Amino acid sequence: MNSNAFLTRKDIICFAIMAVILLAVIPGSLDPFRLNLFGKYVTYCFVALGLVLCWGDAGILSLGQGVFFGLGGYCMAMFLKLEASSVENTKIQSTPGIPDFMDWNQITSLPYFWRPFHSLAFSLVAVVAVPTLLALVIGFAMFKRRVGGTYFAIITQALASIMTILIIGQQGYTGGVNGMTDLRTLDGWDIRTDHAKFIMYMVSAGVLIAAALVAHSIRRSKLGRILVAMRDKEDRVRFSGYDVAAFKIFVFCFAAAVAGVGGAMFTLQVGFMSPSLVGIVPSIEMVIYCAVGGRTSIFGAIYGAILVNFARTEFSEDLPQLWLFAMGAMFIAVVVLFPNGIAGLYRRYLDRYVDRVLGTTPEASRAFQAPEPASNVVVE
Amino acid sequence: MSTTVTDFLLAVEGLGVSFDGFKAVDDLSFYVDPNEIRVIIGPNGAGKTTVLDLICGRTKATGGSIKFRGTELTIMKEHEIVRAGVGRKFQNPSIYEDLTVLENLEISFPRGRSVFGALNFRRDAEVRDRIEEVARMVFLHDLLLLQAEYLSHGQKQWLEIGMLLIQDPALLMLDEPVAGMSVSERKKTAELLHTIIQDRSVLVIEHDMGFVADIAHKVTVLHQGKVISEGSMAHVQADRRVVEVYLGH
Repeated sequence: MNSNAFLTRKDIICFAIMAVILLAVIPGSLDPFRLNLFGKYVTYCFVALGLVLCWGDAGILSLGQGVFFGLGGYCMAMFLKLEASSVENTKIQSTPGIPDFMDWNQITSLPYFWRPFHSLAFSLVAVVAVPTLLALVIGFAMFKRRVGGTYFAIITQALASIMTILIIGQQGYTGGVNGMTDLRTLDGWDIRTDHAKFIMYMVSAGVLIAAALVAHSIRRSKLGRILVAMRDKEDRVRFSGYDVAAFKIFVFCFAAAVAGVGGAMFTLQVGFMSPSLVGIVPSIEMVIYCAVGGRTSIFGAIYGAILVNFARTEFSEDLPQLWLFAMGAMFIAVVVLFPNGIAGLYRRYLDRYVDRVLGTTPEASRAFQAPEPASNVVVE
Repeated sequence: MSTTVTDFLLAVEGLGVSFDGFKAVDDLSFYVDPNEIRVIIGPNGAGKTTVLDLICGRTKATGGSIKFRGTELTIMKEHEIVRAGVGRKFQNPSIYEDLTVLENLEISFPRGRSVFGALNFRRDAEVRDRIEEVARMVFLHDLLLLQAEYLSHGQKQWLEIGMLLIQDPALLMLDEPVAGMSVSERKKTAELLHTIIQDRSVLVIEHDMGFVADIAHKVTVLHQGKVISEGSMAHVQADRRVVEVYLGH
């Protein structure tokens, strides 16, 4: 019988390595500009982390994670925008004290749903609560009716499309296609300085590690094994007395909440939020980050998101027109050659040597590393 | 009908279901006593599996009633029916291939079935002892840490039986439990079924007549969604209609 321990010795080592890389190696070796780019990559790691549980474990492929990332980001941006739109700063507008894009759209008073975003506490809660609530509503509507697999993926993709159209169409309330720009201070603290960006990077990386620990504890619990069991044999789980829909709703909400936190971190570090991060393309890209890194491994997904984005930046600087082809090729390679991504390759070729060096037993690590799904990366 | 008070564990009355006008089960009634072992036989397409699907809620009835300990099952969700005490084994071994034998049994342990219950579930001594005990019964106690996909077909059947057993259902439904097994596996399974059917009612679908004669208290013969004969094995074997549609060939 295996131990009940939440962290095995190997888990502790893996988390420690990740903490050192994210909190020491990366900030210690990069200039502020590059570090800020990595900060952006870290925010995508949140989405990939959520997808590990939702897609890798439970087999629910969501092609609309950009929506939740965006909602978290917009909630944060609304607070920052209101702070940047003080009467002082906006006295040249026809209605001072409201965000500039509202003024441009002949809106003369702050819409009611904007008002609570004057409060930082409310905004921080909303960053998690708004994406979670939307996921809850969609989850209820879909999973209780047993919509799953490809149909669910298509519906989430439609959601991403709808959300983009809504944001662009309602530009008086949302800033439209430009998004929310010119964000300046967080509770009086200027977020545009190099020092602030360094702090924000460290906070993002710290919160990511905390989120990864939460995700790890979920996977280690019986709930984590039920998710995998559902992916395999949904009916058997149902006829073992579990309400399958409730578990799917839970994991979908978890993925949405984590994505929302990532979105808020994005807004804080990059200084804007726009519909270009919400739509179908970014949503699918986020799935690719997770697939390349390995959708059944927390570490794989996190390192994957960073590596793919790092590669993208390198490519875009030299050969921008080739990037999309490179990403397409990468995705095809993952689907055809290594369905469990980098983490799958690691497990197959390196894990046993690492175990030997660390003196850990493969059995002990097995329970943590969710079993590898057969193949077929895209849709279960 | 709804006011019928009975000592039956399971009372199926006037049950019917039709798929696009085709009546798979039609005005079906039968009663199962506590601790009774009932075998359902009948030719292919008689509606045997559909009856089990109806009882466990996988298929919704278009008419009639299924009462389990006096509770109407036709309006309940699948997981509620399981929690009420009805366990179901599928025709093909239905286990979680990606999990170990231990984890397969643990998921079936009847505790922590809500989302937060599952989050807080601890593999304590009670759980471990029960898993050990059941694994021993289904001949898998040496394979607890093996991933289930590496089990043989027969072992997978046993594992699924073990998963039901750990739920300790009052009514156990088995769909062809010895199908696809080797002779020695079949013999072991028959022994296993003899042990696990103690102290509970069992509803079995089976084609193997030797096996049926061996375990059945009572046999129900289905044909085209209707009961054509019911009684002891000897009784149905002597029934002319049964011989005609099923046993004769």
